[in-house]
Amino acid sequence: MKKIPINECKVQFPALSRNEGLSRSAAAAFALQCDPTVEETAAIKTAVSEAVTNAIVHGYRDTNGIVELLMRLYSDNTIYIQIKDKGAGIADIKLAMEPMYTTAPADEERSGLGFTVMESFMDKVRVRSAEGKGTVVTMEKKLSGKKNDA
Amino acid sequence: MLKIYNDGKRITAALSGDIDHHAAREFRTALDEIIARSRPELLILDMENVGFMDSSGIGLILGRLRSVRAAGGEILIKNASPGIAAVIKLSGLSTLIVEPKKQEARL
Repeated sequence: MKKIPINECKVQFPALSRNEGLSRSAAAAFALQCDPTVEETAAIKTAVSEAVTNAIVHGYRDTNGIVELLMRLYSDNTIYIQIKDKGAGIADIKLAMEPMYTTAPADEERSGLGFTVMESFMDKVRVRSAEGKGTVVTMEKKLSGKKNDA
Repeated sequence: MLKIYNDGKRITAALSGDIDHHAAREFRTALDEIIARSRPELLILDMENVGFMDSSGIGLILGRLRSVRAAGGEILIKNASPGIAAVIKLSGLSTLIVEPKKQEARL
C-alpha cells in the first residue's frame, strides 16, 4: 500500500551558510507535531544540517543556487526529509559516503563524516546524483512519539 | 561565542551557540589565537552552552587537536550533550570526552 503523507512542508533558500541554522530549525519545527524526544529532535537537526551543508559546500561550490528542503509526515509517525540541489553533483556516490572521505581542500577542515552522521542518526538515507545536474538526499526516521492518525 | 579561563598551562574555552559549518571559521580563528599565544598543556573545550554541533565541529576539533598535540598538549571536551557526544563518537574522538552532560541542551 502506498503511503500517503498527512502533512508536508517545503522550504527553499539560497545556498548561503547562514541558512544551515534556518534549515535545521525548520526541520525541528516540522517534527514537533510528532512529539519527538529531545534525542530524536537532535538527530533530525544534525542529519538535515549535514545534508544542507553538503549542498552549500559541495553542490554549489562554484555556483549559486537554491537548496530545497522538503519534509513529509506519514500516519505511522515517519518523517521523510528530502534535500535537493541543482549543483555540481557527486561523481562517485559510494566513495562520497565513505567515512572520512572528502573532496574539500584540507584547509577547510571538513571531516568527511556528513553521510556517516546522516546514516547513523536516520533510519534510511538514499542519495541520487548526476554530475552537473545536482543531488537529492532523502532520509526517513520513524519517531517514537504519539501516532498521527489523521 | 567563546570565553577563556586561563589557569596557567590549563586553559578552558567555554564555547557557546551552534557549531556548524557557518560558525566554524569564527571558532577556529578564536581557538587558534589562544593556542598560538598560550601553548596550553591542556585545552578544555567546555560545551555547556553549545546547543548544537554537527560534523563541522569534528573538523574543528581535529584541526585544533593537531596543533595542540604538536606542541605536546592535549584537548579534552567537557559537558558534551548526548547529541554532541554521539557526533563525536562517530569520529573516534570519544576518548576526549570527560564529564558529559546527561541532558540535551535546549537552546
